[in-house]
Formats: sequence, structure tokens, C-alpha cells
Amino acid sequence: MIEDRKSLIAWLQAGPMMLVFVAFFLLPLVFVVIVSAWDYNEYEMLPALSFRGYSDTFEGCIAQLPELCTILKTYAKTVKLCFLTWVITLVVGFTIAYFLAFHVRSKTWQIVLSLLCTIPFWTSNVIRMIAWVPLLGRNGLVNQGLIDLGLIKVPVEWLLFSEFSVVLAFVHLFTFFMVVPIFNSMIRIDPKLVEAAYDAGATGFQTLVNIIIPLAKPGIVIGSIFVITIVMGDFVTIGVMGGQQIASAGKIIETRLNALQFPAAAANAVILLGITIVIISALTRLVDIRKEL
Amino acid sequence: MGERRSKSFYILAAVFIAYVLFLYGPMFAIFVLSFQGPEGGLTFPMNGVSLHWFRKVFEGNGVVNIGAAFKRSLALGAAVMIITVVLSVAAGMAFRKGFKGAAILFYTAIASLIMPSIITSLGIALEFRLFDDVMINHANDLGLGWFAEGWTTAMGLFTSGLGAHLTWTLPFGLLIMFAIFNRFDGRLEEAARDLGATPWQTFRFVVLPIILPSVVGIGLFGFTLSWDELARSSQAIGSVNTLPLELQGLTTTVTKPDIYALGTITSAVSFLVIFLALFIIQLLQARQRRFGSDAGKGMI
Repeated sequence: MIEDRKSLIAWLQAGPMMLVFVAFFLLPLVFVVIVSAWDYNEYEMLPALSFRGYSDTFEGCIAQLPELCTILKTYAKTVKLCFLTWVITLVVGFTIAYFLAFHVRSKTWQIVLSLLCTIPFWTSNVIRMIAWVPLLGRNGLVNQGLIDLGLIKVPVEWLLFSEFSVVLAFVHLFTFFMVVPIFNSMIRIDPKLVEAAYDAGATGFQTLVNIIIPLAKPGIVIGSIFVITIVMGDFVTIGVMGGQQIASAGKIIETRLNALQFPAAAANAVILLGITIVIISALTRLVDIRKEL
Repeated sequence: MGERRSKSFYILAAVFIAYVLFLYGPMFAIFVLSFQGPEGGLTFPMNGVSLHWFRKVFEGNGVVNIGAAFKRSLALGAAVMIITVVLSVAAGMAFRKGFKGAAILFYTAIASLIMPSIITSLGIALEFRLFDDVMINHANDLGLGWFAEGWTTAMGLFTSGLGAHLTWTLPFGLLIMFAIFNRFDGRLEEAARDLGATPWQTFRFVVLPIILPSVVGIGLFGFTLSWDELARSSQAIGSVNTLPLELQGLTTTVTKPDIYALGTITSAVSFLVIFLALFIIQLLQARQRRFGSDAGKGMI
């Protein structure tokens, strides 16, 4: 009886959250999959089985071989941006987490410095993107500085609204998602292990490679999942920082939506979802997320 | 690690400082530039100092009504914050007891967190469109004609928009609850029970006071993530815009520093909320230290 009551209360407590996820996450996903197999015309979707959304997406891809068609080029570019961002956020995030976990000794300082890294995360992403304009623009600080130093004569154009500025903004916005899980893994490493390695004559580099990186692996994997999924689906950062000129997997969906081609947008979403799931399941092979919390 | 600071400490400290400058530098630049003189442009140098562009924002430039978007975002943020706190604490308590389906809820939350935002947003938009379609074209067949008369859309700030934001804030709330209860001493609850407290009393007088600082943290996440949310709102907000959506729209059209002024105002709200929350957390923790334990203080 008591056990029944207890589990009933637990259900009532967890139920509302589950309901929100069912209504605004799981059901919408089902609709995405269903609508992706619907037909459509210029202005509305037609509930009849059709794979036009998919075939339109890959239109001309076989005919153009070995040249890559637009959609494949776009995915290749998205993966490239994603990979660059992943490498840079991983290196920077790991370094910052390492400093916080192993070099900052007092608890208070650890909290203060972690907060310093977290506060921007609580502020607007769009503003943090716009913030690069006065620095990287044609007449921005960087160009002015380079001209004043005599390094260049005419302003450099590729600083803003380019792949460079997109990756820079990604690193700026999302390194946080690497720092937190890696730091979380690192503070759980027993300091005695590091001392033992040191006593046994390991160099700092050997300790890093043989002790710290393997033990921080769960954090690295979780951080990577965050960064990769965010960048793969991004359309806002690429839009604003790419001057609406760079195509990406997320932007295709947005473009289709603006054209009211819902089944085509849904088909692209399903493709993106498939790629994301493949990446995540490859990464989760390496670590059990639930154990890490 | 020796007692003396090694060389690597100084190198890493320099890297850390550079990272912090990288994080805050650009933001600082637009805060300064928002005080441009009336003749000033989008970049340095400053052409005088004035509040001209702030005045411009409040007057509105005729195209967008910033004041209305501001109020909408504030109201939505508050609603998201309250719901996130209540649902996360409740679900966190449920996970402590354990229940069938706990793993499903956990993985759903994680999936919702890492799902590319555009997919979630598109899904919610489709769900509401199809629902509207049913209400407009098929309501009579279902005997709901009286209800659906003059139906336009169920999409809106506090329906689809609220839901879209919750798919983003609830996973954070749940993860914070997990972190809290990982460090929570279950013996306190047992002691309360042994002394005859009801489950509600145990929660109200034992558990809640201990976890309260972290619950304020959940509220902080709930509000700020909603206040700045963009990608999930983009397709799911209906006919009105939130402040971040207006801002994003302005990035392509505005060539004057009023966009910086708007950015400064938006950030000021964020910082206000952040520091208020951190202050309350500090206060609560200090209170806990004062009243938390009388161990070693003798019998009173």
C-alpha cells in the first residue's frame, strides 16, 4: 500500500514535466516525421503520401556527379564549420577547465572564476554576435589597428560576414558548453593520482596524456555532443555572422519554412536529425551519460 | 603539484585572462558605443557622448515597437521561470523516490536539450498549424463547431511560445536538481520522518530550506534562457515577436547605433537578474551558515 502511494506521488510529481515534453517535444517530432512524407504546392501542405520533400532536396544530385550538388555542398560546409568549431572549443575549453580544476586552489576563487565564465552564457547570444561588428567590420578596431601598424594598406574584408567570423562567434558563444562538463569531470579526479604520477617521475605532459585526459573523457564527450549538435543545427549564428550569405543545414530548413514549403523543411529536418543521431550514438558509445551526473 | 606556483600556472593564467577578455571585450565595446553622440556611427571612434540612441529606442523608430516586445519578453520570461522552478523541483523529488519511467523522462529531457533548436521549433509550428487546420476545417465533424467558431490560431506567446521555451529550460532545471540531490544527505529526511513530520512538512521545513539557493539558480536559468531565447521561438511564437527576435531582425536593417543601445538595455536586464539572483543565493547561504547547525555549540 505504502509503496503504491509513494509511486503514485512520484508519478504526480514527475507527470507535469513529462506532459510538457510530450506536448512540445515528442509529438512535434512525430509531426516532423509525418509531414516530411507529405505532398505540397506553392502555399500549403497536402496530406498525401509523397517523398517530394526528399526528392526535391536531392534534386539533380545524381546527374551532377562527380560534382557535388547544392545540398551535399551545404552539408559538407556545415560539417567543416562544425569540425573547426569542435576542435577549437575542445582545445580552449579543456585548457580553461584544466586551469580552473588544477591550478586554482581556493574554493572561493574557483567559484568566482567559474561564474566569470558563466555570466556571458546568461546574456543574449544575438548581442554577443552583434558585439563583433565594431571590432571586425570594414572600419572596425582590428582593421584600424592593422592599418595604423602599417601591416595592411586596405581594410581586410574577410574578418566579418565570412566563415571566419562564423567560427569565431561559435567559439565565443559555445566554449562554455565544453568548459562545464570537462571541469565537472576533472574536479572528480583524485589529486592523489596526479601526485602519484608526479612521484613516479612522470613529466607534466605524461600526466596529462596518461591520467587526466582519460579520466576527463566523459566530460570531453558530453561537451562535444553539446557543441556538435548546436553547430549542426544552427541557423541564427550562421545567418547573423555570415551576413545571411552562408548556407548551412539549419539555414536550409529556415529557407524552406520562409517559402512555406513545410514538407520540404520537415524532410530536411529529418535528414539533419538522422545525421545528429548518428554522431551522438557514435559519441555515447564512448561514455554512459547517466553515470556522469 | 608543488607548493610553489609552477611556470605552467602563469602560462595558463595568462590564457585564462585572454579568454575572459575574449568573452567580455566585444560586449564591452557595444556598451561603450551605445553612448555614441548623435552623429556617431557603428564603429569607433566615439563621436561625442550622449544618450541620444537610448532616447531613439524608447521613442521607437516607427517600424518596430520595442517597448511592447520588451514587455512580452519580460512576461514570458517570468512565466517560464516559475514553471521551470516548480516542475523541476517536483520532478527532482520524484527522481529521489524513483518511479517507473524515470529513465524515459531523463533521456527525453537530454534529447530535448541537445535537439537542434530549428527541429523543435519546426515541430511545434507544424503541430499548431495542423491543430488550427482541424479546428477551422473539421470542427463541425467533431461536434466542436460552437468552440471553433471564428477560430484563427492556437499559436501564441503563452501557448506554442511558452512550450518552445520550456523544452529548453526544463532540461537545465532537471540537471541542476540532479546535481543538488547528488550532494544531499538523505539522513536529514529520515530524521524528519522519524520525528513525525509528514512528507509535506519534511519537504517544506527540511528539504526546501537546504536546496533553496540552488532553486534560485534554477530560476536564474529559467528566466535568462527564456529572455535570450531565439532559435526555438523563431517558428513557434506566432504573430508577435520577442525582444531577441526583434533584435535579430534589426541586425539586417539597422545601420545606426540604436541597435547597440537596445543591446545595452537588454543586457542590463540580464545583468540585473543575474546579480539579483547571485545576491539572493549569497544571502540564503549566509543564513544557512548562521542557522544551519548548532553542532559543537553546547546545549541551549
